[in-house]
Amino acid sequence: MSFTQRIIDFFTRKSTVAKGGGEKAISKQHAGGKMTARERIAALLDPGSFHEYDLFVEHNCQDFGMGDKALPADGVVTGTGTMAGRPVCIYAQDFTVAGGSLGIMHARKITKVMDHAINLGIPIIGINDSGGARIQEGVNSLAGYGEIFYRNTLASGVIPQISVILGPCAGGAVYSPALTDFVFVVDNISKMFITGPEVVKTVLGEEISMEDLGGARVQAEISGNAHFFAESEQQCFDQIKQLFSYLPSSNRQRAAAVAARKPKSSYHIENLIPKDSKEPFDVRDIVRALVDDSEFLEVYELFAANAIIGFARINGETVGVVGNQALVLAGVLDIDASDKIARFVRFCDAFSIPLLTLMDIPGYLPGSDQEHAGVIRHGAKVLYAYSEATVPEITVILRKAYGGGYIAMCSNHLRADFVFAWPTAEIAVMGPEGAANIIFRSEILAAEDPEAMRKLKVKEYTDKFANPYVAAASGYVDAVISPEETRAYIVHALEVTKNKSETRPARKHGTPPF
Amino acid sequence: MREHEKLSRIALEAGTYETLLTRKFAMRKPYAKRDAQAIKALIPGVIERIDATVGAKVRHGDILIIQEAMKMHNRIRAPHDGTIKAIAVAAGEKVGKGQILIEME
Repeated sequence: MSFTQRIIDFFTRKSTVAKGGGEKAISKQHAGGKMTARERIAALLDPGSFHEYDLFVEHNCQDFGMGDKALPADGVVTGTGTMAGRPVCIYAQDFTVAGGSLGIMHARKITKVMDHAINLGIPIIGINDSGGARIQEGVNSLAGYGEIFYRNTLASGVIPQISVILGPCAGGAVYSPALTDFVFVVDNISKMFITGPEVVKTVLGEEISMEDLGGARVQAEISGNAHFFAESEQQCFDQIKQLFSYLPSSNRQRAAAVAARKPKSSYHIENLIPKDSKEPFDVRDIVRALVDDSEFLEVYELFAANAIIGFARINGETVGVVGNQALVLAGVLDIDASDKIARFVRFCDAFSIPLLTLMDIPGYLPGSDQEHAGVIRHGAKVLYAYSEATVPEITVILRKAYGGGYIAMCSNHLRADFVFAWPTAEIAVMGPEGAANIIFRSEILAAEDPEAMRKLKVKEYTDKFANPYVAAASGYVDAVISPEETRAYIVHALEVTKNKSETRPARKHGTPPF
Repeated sequence: MREHEKLSRIALEAGTYETLLTRKFAMRKPYAKRDAQAIKALIPGVIERIDATVGAKVRHGDILIIQEAMKMHNRIRAPHDGTIKAIAVAAGEKVGKGQILIEME
């Protein structure tokens, strides 16, 4: 072959493989409102930045007539590129090639790019669109999954890991996303489940549609497997880019700071607080009143909405925000909210992102379903995560701070660096009604008019304890501040905690109540 | 195996098995599609105020009931546009989690 022939041959080979499953399969993909693997990567990364590797990898399966079957790029596109100028590793399963099924070479391409991500200290994005294991490859396919899960675990807390579900993701395949930090789903496109509707029907006799079992909305709202929900692939990519801007590339760096900006004047904190402490407000408005440009990227917006978590910037620096949301279920902590908060706190701690906690917690959700489902061990995760964290931790007690919930939401006792409380704060072991009934039980019973006595005692207790000053008297609150001063106090606290260093006793690792 | 323990049949992808059930599995509630017309209490508490009236047309997001729970006046809103068919509770009534408050149509 002459030089020219070799060059022509090369381009022919390249373009053939890059077509994936071919025109027909691509049209089918488009008809379902889905982009192809390469289109997705192009839409997500900086234009022209994607560099593909292992394009010519071929499967090595000889069984079941696979020997003479060509699977272009073995059904997955892998490489490196940049997002907003920052390097990323990426892979995208190609559903047009054998349904994106995972064989051992397909898996090796993924683990190779994962190894790069870990070694180079750059985030990894995995786009999942696969029918699952390539059955013909048998246990080799399972080996492939196992190698991916192992690396997901190694990478955990080292580099941010993002999973995007843009098609089916079933059986063992779901566990890679589950091990990663953030999972993105798109309405009508993403489907995740361990066993499909047919198996559920045979085993349990339950009739359920695929969408109701494991559709995007279910994963984002009910199961909590997905952190971000989008209406379209394009919206999903915009969300990923936004999230990416808040994150450091690895645990060896800090998230990049941007120019500081004031909150928007439309979020005036004094106007946001209801006069009656029993009236709910949207704690996200308080967040927006405190953070740069009033910009708050909420994580898990649909899941366990009685707590809120997300990223924002204060004075140009990324902070992780946690808050109790009085607007939903009165802002109680329950199993789902505990899981949501605990994992987020651990993520922020792993990646040196300071934590701002806005406390307004009436307590834990009562009920047999919560108790039987293990609210004790799940709730303990919040205590564990905050106690374990060594990043700067700043807590503002907005209103309610009752009982175990007060301790859990990054109190002084779990080593918040600074705890501020508004004059509206009520920090006590329990609500005035409950406390008065117990403490003054005999006096209430002995009174001529027990109801009048009870009311009197509730008022007495409220006056004495439903405020921030009892806790402040013990030094558990560092400063009682007016809502107006809050941002200034947080900005200052972040400045003085910048070089915080805290050591922990030597150990292999803790044993959190997983 | 003790006498009272009875094996049950369970069909999985890999075949059918004779097996014991856990108490939790045996007591599980089967899946039921959520009834979009029934508005249930999400949290135990006391009905503070009822704004909805039977026969009234309501829009998505309208406040129907104020329920006091966990030291908070919780707003229970219409999950979608519709008409109030029945109100199953009265002001001052204690309600449990999952109890039907309002039926819409």
